[in-house]
Amino acid sequence: MLSDQIQTQINRELQKYPADQRQSAVMAALRFVQDEKGWISTEDMADVAVYIGMPQMAVYEVATFYHMYNLKPMGEYTLTVCTNLSCQLSGCNETLLHLKNKLGIGLGEITPDGKFGLREGECMGACVDAPLLTINNKKMCGRLNSEKIDQILSELEGGQA
Amino acid sequence: MSANLILTTAADGLADLDNYIKAGGYQALRKVLSTKMSQDAIIAEVKASGLRGRGGAGFPTGLKWSFMPRNYDGVKYLVCNSDEGEPGTCKDRDILRYNPHLLIEGMAIAAYAIGAQAGYNYIHGEIFEAYEVMEAACETARKAGYLGKNVLGFDFEFDLFNHMGYGAYVCGEETALLESIEGKKGQPRFKPPFPASYGLYGKPTTINNTETLASIPWIISNGGKKFADLGVPNSGGIKLFSVSGHVNNPGNFEIPMGTPFKTLLEMAGGVRGGNKLKAVIPGGSSMPVLPADIMMEVNMDFDSIQKAGSYLGSGAVIVMDETTCMVKALERLAYFYFEESCGQCTPCREGTGWLYRIVHRIEHGDGKPEDLDLLLDLCENIAGRTICALGDAAAWPVQGFLKHYRKEFEYHIEHKRCLV
Repeated sequence: MLSDQIQTQINRELQKYPADQRQSAVMAALRFVQDEKGWISTEDMADVAVYIGMPQMAVYEVATFYHMYNLKPMGEYTLTVCTNLSCQLSGCNETLLHLKNKLGIGLGEITPDGKFGLREGECMGACVDAPLLTINNKKMCGRLNSEKIDQILSELEGGQA
Repeated sequence: MSANLILTTAADGLADLDNYIKAGGYQALRKVLSTKMSQDAIIAEVKASGLRGRGGAGFPTGLKWSFMPRNYDGVKYLVCNSDEGEPGTCKDRDILRYNPHLLIEGMAIAAYAIGAQAGYNYIHGEIFEAYEVMEAACETARKAGYLGKNVLGFDFEFDLFNHMGYGAYVCGEETALLESIEGKKGQPRFKPPFPASYGLYGKPTTINNTETLASIPWIISNGGKKFADLGVPNSGGIKLFSVSGHVNNPGNFEIPMGTPFKTLLEMAGGVRGGNKLKAVIPGGSSMPVLPADIMMEVNMDFDSIQKAGSYLGSGAVIVMDETTCMVKALERLAYFYFEESCGQCTPCREGTGWLYRIVHRIEHGDGKPEDLDLLLDLCENIAGRTICALGDAAAWPVQGFLKHYRKEFEYHIEHKRCLV
């Protein structure tokens, strides 16, 4: 079952599209599920399919096509680090190494307490602020260095996103 | 207040509607509606401006608009491509978050010119904060009468909605983007039919880049010729450039077309740490890389860069200094296209994997002497043989890096380590 909040959010999104084009809201619907649950299970996809009125397979296709959907639990805070060329030239390998050491996890993994997950991202379209990461696909942090990363982590540890 | 036409900063405060209006905002739209400018007159003005698509392909905007059917009985759409994911490119993000009403105004004028009643702005998934600014700006504009049924009280209807991407580079291709808005996998459509006859939901649709549409209000207010005169022949107007990589002051810069690269590099603070410039990708990661000596003689316009052997593309300038290993740089780009291929066309789906694995093994000391010719052979078999340009985009960097830095690749294969 989709929560009331998710249903409300989807309904608002549906207003953007012609009444006979409900499928257009599927990307947003999956995003809302991920925002609430941290990741999207196949059961969630089935619920989205029923709510929007489209084949479950078509929802699955969308969920697996776009990189930013988490198809497994990725922690309370998913940190996605861009490693593309501008970020590579600006030191993203050091960023990633620092995060891996600090969190004790590798890419695609989560910390034992479930607090943090680490992902590698593709170009985020903010290259002049390289190196950068996003937190839960919402907040972007740029011009990273070790001190800045430590600060971000300790703020998140304290519970303030 | 910034003297730029398009590029502003947070300090300019133009995301606020009142500030935007105080700065002369929405006057171009008012002019169009109050003087009942004809669609032909607007399109003629845009043609005269020499404005060419700022997303990468450089197609003349006025010409594109003229492809829209006139006597079509039904809904037509205008779509803004803000899915800015070509590595190195981040100019549209600054328009979205710092100057959203400029985009809304530009889209309203464009919609009027092509007869579209509704528009969608497809925003790159990773820049959620820009999406939020656009959502708020559309809401404010709707309440203030700049969007909706009777725009500014005139007999003109246009509403605009933001659609967020969620991490697929290929959705920057216009028909993949349309598929994505329709709630599908972002796989490019076979053309023809082109979007002007069969676009979003099968309706006539025009897709323009964010910066392109944001250029429209100034052109309408000041005249196409004046815009064209800011640039050089065949590259009208001003253009935003994102300078990233090994520079002291990475950032977005608005400069007239035809400005020497040397000047742009100075604006970006020069090469970091006083290092020597080695190479530049002048137009986003898909465009062939150019060595420093060629780049330092190039002007930033379509023709000048093409003559030098690359393309202006999206205006994303990636600067690499003398410490850069070209094999490692290409390895990352090859991985990107491999990762982002939508899988629809065999040459791209399989070929990008081949390209990546070969460059990867060269970088990691397992390259073979015949690998370089194999790479070029693969490029020949990918470029031009796919539905969309992602195939070409994967091949061009490989060809560019090998054309200018083949020795570095040979050194890597022979010595199993970097030359730098």
